[in-house]
Amino acid sequence: MLLIRCPYCETERPELEFRYGGEALLERPKDPALVSDDAWTAYLWTCKNPKGPHAERWRHVHGCGRFFNAARNTVSDLIVSTWRVDDSPPANFDGGGA
Amino acid sequence: MQRFSFLQLLRQSFRNHEGWEPQWRAASPKAAYDVVIVGGGGHGLATAYYLASEHGLRNIAVVEKGWIGGGNTGRNTTIVRSNYLFEESEALFEHSMKLWEGLSQALNYNVMYSPRGVLVLAHNTTDAQVIRRHVHANRLAGIDNEWMTPEQAKDFCPILDISRNVRYPIVGASLQRRGGTARHDAVAWGYARAASALGVDIIENCEVTAIRRDAGGGVQGLETTRGEIATRKIGLVTAGHTSVVAAMAGLRLPMESYPLQALVSEPVKPVMPCVVMSNSIHAYMSQSDKGELVIGAGTDAYTSYSQRGALHVAQHTLDALCELFPIVRRLRMLRSWGGIVDVTPDRSPIIGKSPVEGLFLNCGWGTGGFKATPGSGHLFAHTLAKNEAHPIVAPFGLDRFRTGALVDESTAAAVAH
Ligand SMILES: Cc1cc2nc3c(=O)[nH]c(=O)nc-3n(C[C@H](O)[C@H](O)[C@H](O)COP(=O)(O)OP(=O)(O)OC[C@H]3O[C@@H](n4cnc5c(N)ncnc54)[C@H](O)[C@@H]3O)c2cc1C
Ligand SMILES: [Zn+2]
Repeated sequence: MLLIRCPYCETERPELEFRYGGEALLERPKDPALVSDDAWTAYLWTCKNPKGPHAERWRHVHGCGRFFNAARNTVSDLIVSTWRVDDSPPANFDGGGA
Repeated sequence: MQRFSFLQLLRQSFRNHEGWEPQWRAASPKAAYDVVIVGGGGHGLATAYYLASEHGLRNIAVVEKGWIGGGNTGRNTTIVRSNYLFEESEALFEHSMKLWEGLSQALNYNVMYSPRGVLVLAHNTTDAQVIRRHVHANRLAGIDNEWMTPEQAKDFCPILDISRNVRYPIVGASLQRRGGTARHDAVAWGYARAASALGVDIIENCEVTAIRRDAGGGVQGLETTRGEIATRKIGLVTAGHTSVVAAMAGLRLPMESYPLQALVSEPVKPVMPCVVMSNSIHAYMSQSDKGELVIGAGTDAYTSYSQRGALHVAQHTLDALCELFPIVRRLRMLRSWGGIVDVTPDRSPIIGKSPVEGLFLNCGWGTGGFKATPGSGHLFAHTLAKNEAHPIVAPFGLDRFRTGALVDESTAAAVAH
């Protein structure tokens, strides 16, 4: 079980308090009707799914209820940092692999 | 190839079993192949075997980064069944089921396919409706599946607790009698042996590190830890690592990798005649020929390549099993392990061409592809040989995520294995 630091509650809590929210830093096309099918498919379905650093969303469902972002290494499962959604990712973070 | 037979067994017995030969050649990579299969799991090895046996190709290699069958093939709980909901999936998994039925004979290798029956439990009205819907759909498709009352289920599997005052009462069940288990390692070894005998090079300890492409973008070859290999056709069959290898060709897929774990108990005398699955509490169990109870748990909540599952996930499954089968409460667990499964958004596999010329995909089998091993290899071999998807796998192309024609077994079944 992971220990995850909620950047809003500013405490480390067990994974059971959180819900995983998938890949982070995705931008929804402003007007879906205007993008190509390929671009929409890429937004909707494809994933980086990297082996290594991964930017991902978590939600503190059994706490403050808020979404935030985390940088986790998917090989060691080590969470390098967590940050509020309106903050920027840590400077040395490569954004989630190729 | 030394064939297995009663006579052979007798002959070897008189020689203290010292006359057995290795079951396949340990090959080193040649400079070039017509087709290279990346990934020496059951699906990759089956593909190579059918390419050689049914399509006459001989210059084929299977490259495996570790040892063959050491991925999900060797880590799974070996449940075989074909009781899926949609016609597309029914056709795919039933094709495989038919191949299981004659596989030991076809390969001259005992894969220990055991049609002992797969019982799927319903714990509430919704479960019962969903499971009955599967039963009806399967029967319409000519696939055996039947509905059972709790009493009938208990007759079939006496260690079930069907009393009403438990946490997960059993209100009914479906039974696919032809479903059951097979021996995971034997499937990998049997295909490897038969493919090797037809000239396929099986190359272990050979990790693909890059995919080389020509000016037009088409596949030209592979870089591996054992040197470069030229080829115009690659079959990518790497399960949980497919995103990683596909990225070597600049390809991103609709797929995420999750740890999925299993456990076995200490061996006990035969207590379980069949496989029992419960989708709503995510627990399932069967008994191996050695006597261990083989238990499958759920996937972890987050994507990972860590190849071990979280303790609380297994705990949840064990809690549920102690309710369903009070007899197991005092059993000790011997081992637990994890595999990395390749999960697609609709929980159906991706089989066919990729946008990269010469790169073919057979992946996304997720938590439930062992049962499909023979069929997957058979149909993927056709697809590779003919450069065109076999009609049964045509609905499972990558393009379905663009067109929206998903085969949505995830909402249909909410099941894992
Ligand atoms: C715990 C668990 C329980 C399961 N239970 C069931 C079940 O009961 N029934 C069922 O039907 N399915 C089950 N499954 C799913 C099933 O195991 C898989 O869908 C199936 O075995 C996949 O076979 P495969 O040959 O595609 O993959 P694998 O056997 O994983 O083979 C892929 C191979 O690719 C190799 N590879 C990866 N990267 C590279 C590279 N760069 N270069 C070279 N080689 C590489 C790997 O080493 C691996 O050997 C379960 C899975 C797990 C983990
Ligand atoms: Zn919080």
